[in-house]
Amino acid sequence: MPLKPPLISLGLISATALAYEILLMRLFSIIQWHHFAYMIISLALLGYGISGTLVSLLQARFLKPIPVITYPLFLMLFSLSCFGCFLAAQNIPFNPEAILWDIQQIWYLLGIFLTLSIPFLLAASAICLIFIYYPDHIAKIYGVDLLGAGLGSIGVIFLLFFVFPETALLIISLMGLVATLIALKETQLLAGIFSLTIVLSAIILISTAHYFQLEISPYKDLSKTLNIQGTKIIEQRSSPLGLLSIVESNKIPFRHAPGLSLYNSQEPAEQLGLFSDATGMTAITHYPDELEKLSYLDQLTSALPYHLNDIQRLLVVGAGGGSDILQAQLHKTEKIDAIELNQQIIALLSDQFAQYSGNIYLNDKITIHSGDVRGLLNKRFHSDYDLIQISLMDSFNASASGLYAMHESYLYTIEALQTYLQHLKPDGYLAISRWIKTPPRDTIKMFATAISVLKKNQVSSAAQHLVLIRGWQTSTLLVKSNPFTQDEVERLKQFCQARAFDVVWYPGIEADETNRFNRYKQAWFYQAAKALLNDSSQQFMKDYKYYVYPASDDKPFFHHFFKWSVLQELLSLRNQGGLALIEMGYIVLLATLILAVISSVILIILPLLVFYFYSTKNKILFLPILDRMQLFSYFFFIGLAFLLIEIAMMQKFILFLHHPIYSIPVILTGFLIFAGLGSLWTKHLLTKLSPRQVLLNAIIAIVGLGMIYGYFLSSFFSIMATYSITIKIILSLIAIAPLAFCMGIPFPLALTALGSSNKAYIPWAWGVNGCASVISAVLASLLAIHLGFNLVIIIALGLYMSCFFIFIMPGTKVLNHNG
Amino acid sequence: MKQTRQRKKTGFILLISLAFILLFISISLLASSMEDHYMQKRQQMVHLIEQDVLQTSQYLNTEALDPKVLQVINTVPRHKFVIPETLEDAYQNTPLPIGYGQTISQPYIVAVMTDLLKLSATDSVLEIGTGSGYQAAVLSELVEHVYSIEIIEPLGKQAEQRFKELGYKNISTRIADGYYGWEEHAPFDAIIVTAAGTHIPHTLIEQLKPGGRMMIPVGSNFMTQQLLLISKDNDGQLQTQQILPVRFVPLTGKH
Repeated sequence: MPLKPPLISLGLISATALAYEILLMRLFSIIQWHHFAYMIISLALLGYGISGTLVSLLQARFLKPIPVITYPLFLMLFSLSCFGCFLAAQNIPFNPEAILWDIQQIWYLLGIFLTLSIPFLLAASAICLIFIYYPDHIAKIYGVDLLGAGLGSIGVIFLLFFVFPETALLIISLMGLVATLIALKETQLLAGIFSLTIVLSAIILISTAHYFQLEISPYKDLSKTLNIQGTKIIEQRSSPLGLLSIVESNKIPFRHAPGLSLYNSQEPAEQLGLFSDATGMTAITHYPDELEKLSYLDQLTSALPYHLNDIQRLLVVGAGGGSDILQAQLHKTEKIDAIELNQQIIALLSDQFAQYSGNIYLNDKITIHSGDVRGLLNKRFHSDYDLIQISLMDSFNASASGLYAMHESYLYTIEALQTYLQHLKPDGYLAISRWIKTPPRDTIKMFATAISVLKKNQVSSAAQHLVLIRGWQTSTLLVKSNPFTQDEVERLKQFCQARAFDVVWYPGIEADETNRFNRYKQAWFYQAAKALLNDSSQQFMKDYKYYVYPASDDKPFFHHFFKWSVLQELLSLRNQGGLALIEMGYIVLLATLILAVISSVILIILPLLVFYFYSTKNKILFLPILDRMQLFSYFFFIGLAFLLIEIAMMQKFILFLHHPIYSIPVILTGFLIFAGLGSLWTKHLLTKLSPRQVLLNAIIAIVGLGMIYGYFLSSFFSIMATYSITIKIILSLIAIAPLAFCMGIPFPLALTALGSSNKAYIPWAWGVNGCASVISAVLASLLAIHLGFNLVIIIALGLYMSCFFIFIMPGTKVLNHNG
Repeated sequence: MKQTRQRKKTGFILLISLAFILLFISISLLASSMEDHYMQKRQQMVHLIEQDVLQTSQYLNTEALDPKVLQVINTVPRHKFVIPETLEDAYQNTPLPIGYGQTISQPYIVAVMTDLLKLSATDSVLEIGTGSGYQAAVLSELVEHVYSIEIIEPLGKQAEQRFKELGYKNISTRIADGYYGWEEHAPFDAIIVTAAGTHIPHTLIEQLKPGGRMMIPVGSNFMTQQLLLISKDNDGQLQTQQILPVRFVPLTGKH
């Protein structure tokens, strides 16, 4: 065995494995739904945990050093399985929508995540082998592992801007094979046949990839649309944000106009369907020769503000295919600012479909901005809008089934609404349209949020500043800094009467005016609005069967409505459609956590059983129970704490960097690279200080820095809000660098100690840490929903502190044997 | 010698005939026992639906479903409308996939929707979204004629064939865009839109008779969130009702 560890191939394989993880998320978001993609990938990462078991078994099998050839062999199998396992997994006919009906779907789900865990198992086992081969270089190996992973995460995001996810999968598999060839060279193995196999594998991969295509679920909107005669995809664009598909329908028009009044008699204009990740259809409307042909857009609840006052200056949030802009043009709005997060939608409407859409994004009166509304509003925007329009930002089905529960959204928080109001004229309107869910949820939560904001703005009577109407499918809430006038109220009544929309709230409303056209068993919307405006609002939110407390920047989960107290009732009503009322997003998150915990327990116990079995034959494997407990808790807590902080930071930085697409790679890469550097520095520190001292210093620094971030991050964000995104990315990296650097120390420090006292337990410690990381990633989201990100960080700091005490636990020898 | 051969031949023919007769009898017995098996399952399913309705009665404004509706659910062979892979689950009270990303609805929802349409024997009904054809078959047993439109060609053809085989003579099908309804046979006493777009076309509202009812299930393929019932009064005024098919009150207590 060579003296030096094979660091190049190791770094490359870490990079490839992390890139594969991010790519799988992208691929499964296209072929399945995002929340199940999250579940599947989280569970597949348990492959890291299984690697501990696998290497333990190999150790037990050989009872001597595992042959060096195993390392490149694992790398090659990893590379091939990246492609092969995805191919197999996407052909498993899993249908998440039927999961509550059909027990077989659970087996399919299990099949998918076990299949996808194979590549992670192989990659993690390869890394674990290097730890065992080179126990004196653990800090260096771990450092390179983290550095590689960091570069992999940023690399794949970069790659996804240029190639489709299918091609990215091929590139990643080939990168794995390159790493294998390098590994052969680094380990000085004379393996001509092996090299030849790798080259042949690469050729087979490239030729197979030609026939490979994504198997999108038949229940996704795009698949269903393509079953209709005369439909075809005419353009596709891909980016890390999603896969955009433009569909033309020759025979049967799309006629996308959600929430139209029943009294509308005009057929919507010609359209193209715009699908994001094969779902959530919106439309690109063909600009008609006469604007009157768009008059159906006046039959939507979102048209209300145009009937209350003259709208000269408008801000559209989430411009998409442009229907809000067309609606404004119909009402002769003079100046429109439109914000769209997805640059590719802007590109589509500015070039290929510019003419089709009437050059709306190139019009002199319209300025289109790419980015996130809060970031842009903080920067350079005007504060004199007559209207800020935010309409139906998510698809109905995903919204109705509660799939966004775990999605953070800084669009609908108390702080967000405060920002919007600051950018309006005193008589301007903030208009937020939402899908109507039955029983009502998000419309009520939005109303509660608006009340909260008005109270914070010290408005004497919030009831005077709010208007809420609903059709059969959508609701529109108007918030105004000045009170609504009697004249506006009269216009509002006329608007609703003419379109058979119901008034839910306006200043001076009477109960008998509500629930007239679109009737519910009771006037639920009005009752909720009234209760929220009076003194018993807290009691109302407590008693309501859905979670309707306003979202804040610390808990930005607007789409979270689930309450435990209601689960049993809905389950008992499952045969009558009760299941449709359960907020699935939360349940999926919880199920992921439970499955991860159960699997982890098994994965952690299995190697122990193996060790127990073989400890009678080989004394080196024996470890007293107290030491095992110490090892378990130390590596488990370190895994938990690292990911809790990393995930909380990723989420918090979304507000600063405007979108997960920047926040996730920047923070993830930053954490991995700086933690990697911290790990590399550990060996140097150990030459000067005892492990105990090094750990104590690192943990003091982590806790101190963590507290500082918890308290000052929001101020930091506001002070730096006006800088460009490039400067913000650099600032973010500088901000997290010291914390991440220190967080890179505790793991290799303890693993080095273990390597010199009982290296047989390295795979176990590695597996325990892997399991903890998987549990922690899911736990972070769940804890944040209930406690907020700041508390998640405080919990993680508590775990770090306890690690120090575990490390110095009296009566143990395995970690603290030098100190 | 020749006689022996002749006798052997006759014996052989008799034996073959007997075997065929036995085979025929066993197939008939098997078929009839399968039909009995499905009928039994169907009865169990109807019983479950009755119980569910009783629990939800307050929300559906009815103590029980119209016995005629339940009788029809008890008669229509749902197992003939499902794909072979789901045959065994045909009488589970759940939606089932039928291919092309579509489903056959949950029997409970079919029963509730049919009941809410308040149909009579002389009615003419329009259905948008034939799917498997099960809903149309249920309706056809209660009204004079059902006109059903399907947008997905293979599904429409399969349903048409199924209606022919099962002898549903009062169902007319068409593969077309449901947006414009079926002008030649309008107006209709009831319309059921199981494949709704993002809005309710004015053309369909126009094709609804005064006093008529339109039913639209809202939700995804496998989960009906709510039922939208549109009523047109004798003056042509419209009123919609959002009906939860389930007994669930979002708020209890006084607020």
